[in-house]
Amino acid sequence: MKNTAKKIYIAFIFLFLYAPIATLMVLSFNASKTRAKWGGFTFHWYSRLFQNREILEALGNTLLIAVISAFVATVIGTIACVAMTGMQKRSRAILMGITNIPMLNAEIVTGISLMLLFISMGLRFGLGTILLSHITFNIPYVILSVMPRMKQLNPSTYEAALDLGASHVTAFFKVVFPDLLPGILSGFLMAFTMSLDDFIITHFTKGAGVDTLSTKIYTEVKKGIKPEMYALSTLIFVTVLLLLLLINMAPAKNRAPKNIQK
Amino acid sequence: MTSKNKWLSTPYVLWSVMFIIIPLCMIFYYGLTDKTGSFTLENITAIATAEHAKALWLSLLLSLVSTVICFLLAYPLAMILSNMKVNQHSFIILIFILPMWMNFLLRTLAWQTLLEKSGVINSVLNFLHLPNINIINTPYAIILGMVYNFLPFMVLPLYNVLSKIDENVLNASRDLGANSIHTFFRIILPLSIPGIISGITMVFVPALTTFVISTLLGGSKILLIGNVIEQEFTQASNWHLGSGLSIVLMIFIILNMIASAVFDKEGEGSML
Repeated sequence: MKNTAKKIYIAFIFLFLYAPIATLMVLSFNASKTRAKWGGFTFHWYSRLFQNREILEALGNTLLIAVISAFVATVIGTIACVAMTGMQKRSRAILMGITNIPMLNAEIVTGISLMLLFISMGLRFGLGTILLSHITFNIPYVILSVMPRMKQLNPSTYEAALDLGASHVTAFFKVVFPDLLPGILSGFLMAFTMSLDDFIITHFTKGAGVDTLSTKIYTEVKKGIKPEMYALSTLIFVTVLLLLLLINMAPAKNRAPKNIQK
Repeated sequence: MTSKNKWLSTPYVLWSVMFIIIPLCMIFYYGLTDKTGSFTLENITAIATAEHAKALWLSLLLSLVSTVICFLLAYPLAMILSNMKVNQHSFIILIFILPMWMNFLLRTLAWQTLLEKSGVINSVLNFLHLPNINIINTPYAIILGMVYNFLPFMVLPLYNVLSKIDENVLNASRDLGANSIHTFFRIILPLSIPGIISGITMVFVPALTTFVISTLLGGSKILLIGNVIEQEFTQASNWHLGSGLSIVLMIFIILNMIASAVFDKEGEGSML
């Protein structure tokens, strides 16, 4: 009895979380152009999607920004984690405090603060400014993923490698890096996801004529969303779902350890 | 590793000064000056004008209600999930992060379709001969949008602290004669405080400052403080006023940060 109640509760929450996603998927097959009516089943929007240059361009920008910003953030964040372990407690605490600012601060404040910075620097608003902003809010996610792994490291292995004649760089890549890798990968994934889903900060730091999927959708809100958008987001979602299922079914050895938590 | 690696922190230190510290200083500069560049408090006291105060009040009210609802929904869920003893920590985290792969604006917009007068939910209610709900374009729809979007940020920190509570502590409490209600209030709840504080921060700040959810679900009539600030930057181009109002918002954010620093020193309640 009690267990049934628990299961119903979990089901209710998941219905709540996934109902809008199901709705969007259904809409992507809706022959009627308005989302209020069901006009029959069609693949029309999927074929139209690949002819819609604006949407494809926005998709390209979104992916480009997500990949580059996640990559740069992962490099800077990982190096910062390595550096922080060698720091004094006090300076490390200060740096971690600063790291938390973009996480705890409101996105709108981060967005406008970066916008004011770029204006005063005289930068031209476009892909570059979006990229700089995304790297900035992505670094904390990397640091928070890598730091716990860093703390679990056994420093003796690194010193042993040095004793055995490895250079600092070799010792790092042969000994430390493999241990950090799961944290680095989950940090990269997290950063990639955050960049992909971001709207607010992009909204303030993008230039005219440059759009990511989010900003494109936002400008379409008033005119009505093009059904191709539903088709695209369904494709993205299903792709990610399949990838994750594949990763989860892969042998446990290759799986990222269960603790991407702190 | 060693002190030789000190220079390694340079890229990140430079980056965070350039793109975190200086931008924040610029908000304070713009917020505390007028168009001629001389010092003024007008942009900050502008929060007291009827229109702005109303927007701030409504934002505070809606975000508080959403935070409470999120907490009430998430706590039992996190308890159930942490008791399931599945060794699939990352799987549970994944379920809550997965929706983010469908664009946040589209997901929120989908609620329009679900909530409309002749929408999915009302069709179901009609079928069951239950009264319809008409909350689209009202503050209730905004609350729903906030709860929907930010619920994962409440669930994950709670789940993290709850799943780390040592089973032996609970057994000890039962052995010592505490019933389940006692155990909950004397053991589980106090031990989960870092997660609670972290969850509240993660929900309250984005809810307080959103302008997207109110635009998408509240029609265009309901203005939250986020909408006011956004308009000052994108339409009115009054950066000074926009920055001044942001400083007011940051007071609430800083209060939140202090709370999380005091109650969650070890970062136990982190989301990941």
